Amino acid sequence: MNDRLDKGTATFVRRLREAWDIQPLLVPLYAILLSFIVGGVLITIIGVNPFEAYWALLRGMFGSWERVAGSVARSVPFVGSALALAFAFKAGLFNIGAEGQLLVGGLTAAWVGTWTFMFGLPGVIAIPVILIAGALGGFFWGWIPGILRARTGAHEVITTIMLNSIALFSVRWLVNSRNPVILRDTAASVPRTEPISSTAILPTIVDSQPNLHLGLLVMIVICVIVAFILRRTTFGFETITVGTNPNAAHYAGVNVNRIIIMAMALSGMFAGLAASLEISGTNQFFQPGTFAFMGFDGIAIALLARANPIAILPASLLWGALLAGAPLMQQEAGVSIDVVRIIQAMVLLFVAADAIVRYLFRLREDTGHHIGSATTGWSGS
Amino acid sequence: MTQESDTKVNTAEVVDQEVVSSGSSIGRRQIVGFVFGAIGVALLGGVSPSITSETRALAFEKPPDPLMWEFNPQMMVAVIGAVYLVAAVLSFMPVRFKRYAFYAQLVAAVLGVPLLIIIGLALSDAPYTNVINLLDQSLILATPIALGAMTGLWCERSGIINIGIEGMMLGSAGVGFMVYAVMGEALSPGWLWISILVAVLTGGLLAALLAVLSIRYQINQLITGVVINLFALGLTGFLRSEVIVPSGNSKGVSTADIALPLLSDIPIVGETLFTGRPLHFSMYIVVFLTWLVMFRTAWGLRVRSCGEKPHAAETLGVDVVRVRYQAVILGGFIAGLAGAWFSMEAQAGFEDNMTNAAGFIALAAMIFGKWTPWGAFAGALLFGFARALGSRLQFLDVTIGDFGIPSEFFQSLPFVVTMIVVAGALGRAVAPAAEGEPFTPSK
Repeated sequence: MNDRLDKGTATFVRRLREAWDIQPLLVPLYAILLSFIVGGVLITIIGVNPFEAYWALLRGMFGSWERVAGSVARSVPFVGSALALAFAFKAGLFNIGAEGQLLVGGLTAAWVGTWTFMFGLPGVIAIPVILIAGALGGFFWGWIPGILRARTGAHEVITTIMLNSIALFSVRWLVNSRNPVILRDTAASVPRTEPISSTAILPTIVDSQPNLHLGLLVMIVICVIVAFILRRTTFGFETITVGTNPNAAHYAGVNVNRIIIMAMALSGMFAGLAASLEISGTNQFFQPGTFAFMGFDGIAIALLARANPIAILPASLLWGALLAGAPLMQQEAGVSIDVVRIIQAMVLLFVAADAIVRYLFRLREDTGHHIGSATTGWSGS
Repeated sequence: MTQESDTKVNTAEVVDQEVVSSGSSIGRRQIVGFVFGAIGVALLGGVSPSITSETRALAFEKPPDPLMWEFNPQMMVAVIGAVYLVAAVLSFMPVRFKRYAFYAQLVAAVLGVPLLIIIGLALSDAPYTNVINLLDQSLILATPIALGAMTGLWCERSGIINIGIEGMMLGSAGVGFMVYAVMGEALSPGWLWISILVAVLTGGLLAALLAVLSIRYQINQLITGVVINLFALGLTGFLRSEVIVPSGNSKGVSTADIALPLLSDIPIVGETLFTGRPLHFSMYIVVFLTWLVMFRTAWGLRVRSCGEKPHAAETLGVDVVRVRYQAVILGGFIAGLAGAWFSMEAQAGFEDNMTNAAGFIALAAMIFGKWTPWGAFAGALLFGFARALGSRLQFLDVTIGDFGIPSEFFQSLPFVVTMIVVAGALGRAVAPAAEGEPFTPSK
């Protein structure tokens, strides 16, 4: 009995220590610091005082309660697209198709939201319907590269990128087309879909720019669920095993193909869900220009968070906040928004090349938390 | 002996094993045969009767009075449909007829090219269309893809997976044009060539970055590729808004046509095919040189050995790390050429994200060509043709019934073709054995 108590206490203390271990955090933090320094150099080169610029940026990000809410709101869709990459990554797959999955999911949600029966439903049912619609759209768009990979070995990097472009063109056609009119709102002056039923709109928490809606809570719950699936369910375990060593997984009886298909499809689903949250909460209709470049930002966030579903939340917040604060920096300090893009790219560079950061800041060698140190080849291996 | 992973699992192999053990007989040949059969039936039964029987023609020269071949679209579609059906029937015959089935499928696939042109012509009001011009357009549009495929080839054959080709192209297009725009006062041809050189060097620089991250720091090569892409995107966006636009020279001069001395005098084809822009012609040179150096020189052999069995190469005295750096940077220079094509030949200017996934299509072409230069060139030509045909059909104003075919359909054609190619070709294509595996030199 005493032994068990001792062991239990030891485990508890160890777990406590692990939770507060900031070692894994140091690399991303220092990477961010380094990127801001490089960005500052760039800003100085174009003739602006970097401190002035960064102060404007900071105020744009977190300057007032409304701005804080706006930054948070901005980051919600990024969580979805980051999850899309992160989940597939756990299975050893590279889902770069988040942009296409966002588009298809968003359009599906916007379309279903305008169906006649939706207008009569109470909000409690209408909102989940529209969210499921978007999730299914994204699920389908993620399923295609999954099954191609499983059945033909077609590498998902190429298929997802192709599907991105195909989605872009298809969505553009569906929304823009006047002859015949497919999804276009003929009463509107800009090309977009008809507004969804008012019963399907997510309630707003803070009326900021963009407005912070209930979608935030949904995404947080989703992240927790994903973390739970990966750590505690059989399916999650199988997924991670396939990602680490498909051969071993196969010999252990895991249906590798099924996992690959499901992993890709679920990744797409997360993106589609995020898109439908945006449609339901922010815009109430779908425009072809929405979600531009969100896919690539999702990749960067997922890498920054090392594919950890919970870490994706603060990483997305940082990303969304940077983009939300950039216009103020442009307005007040005259620095183009693209500087923020470069800073983001540098953050990604330094996180990926964490050896550089470790060397510069004399950090300890990390044991084994590298994201996928072995690369998968083209032939499905 | 280092832990080289011999346990690489080929998912396609796993699938094949399952298929064999379950006793199913549906193989690639049958699937293709089925698809061709469906196409043949659709052509004979649906398309042929409903298509116009007015005479259309394929022209081989420019007006006035071009050399033409006239035909009846209804008949031609029926004939081609019959060929598809024959191929389908042969595909389902016993294994003895495998070779016939293969050739029939090949012929049917090749006939798909004139088929599309014929149907497109028939659905439009135009009496004829110039096919030599179409071929020329296909070759021109294939330029960045072919160059990008060569880049990928040099990197992958040495063992480094490079999905950052897109970023290398975009970066060199942007930086190269930026140099040109900044030296705006001297908008003379001389500066254009210097800018092209800068673009080439930029490609090499980005490739060097990829090489360092992948070789020295042994980071997952897919990640390093993504990093290069994102970095190039951010950098060029910044350069465009901060440097190019303020300089006032967002539109410049592009390279001029040159006429190749003897070849452009060839009747019918000469003037179109052999008069063109210099970077486009460099594509042929680069592809040829890639083949020559990679497969006929000692250094090329060393590069290939690094991609197949780097440890064996090391024991023979090959400096694997050095060779990999050399090959990747060489590939980067070629990507720089492709980038220069975008901003200084195809167009005279730089727009955000102007490469538009060309780098990834180039990878697909490389895989389609089974990691060989001429195969990759054929793949590039295929995609160039998809794009050229799309433009041509859009130009001809093809309509089905009352509805015009949307331009987005034609724009997405190259991407759809890429997907089909990648899904179909990859099952048999074998990548260099050691690609993607980090190499640690033995001490």
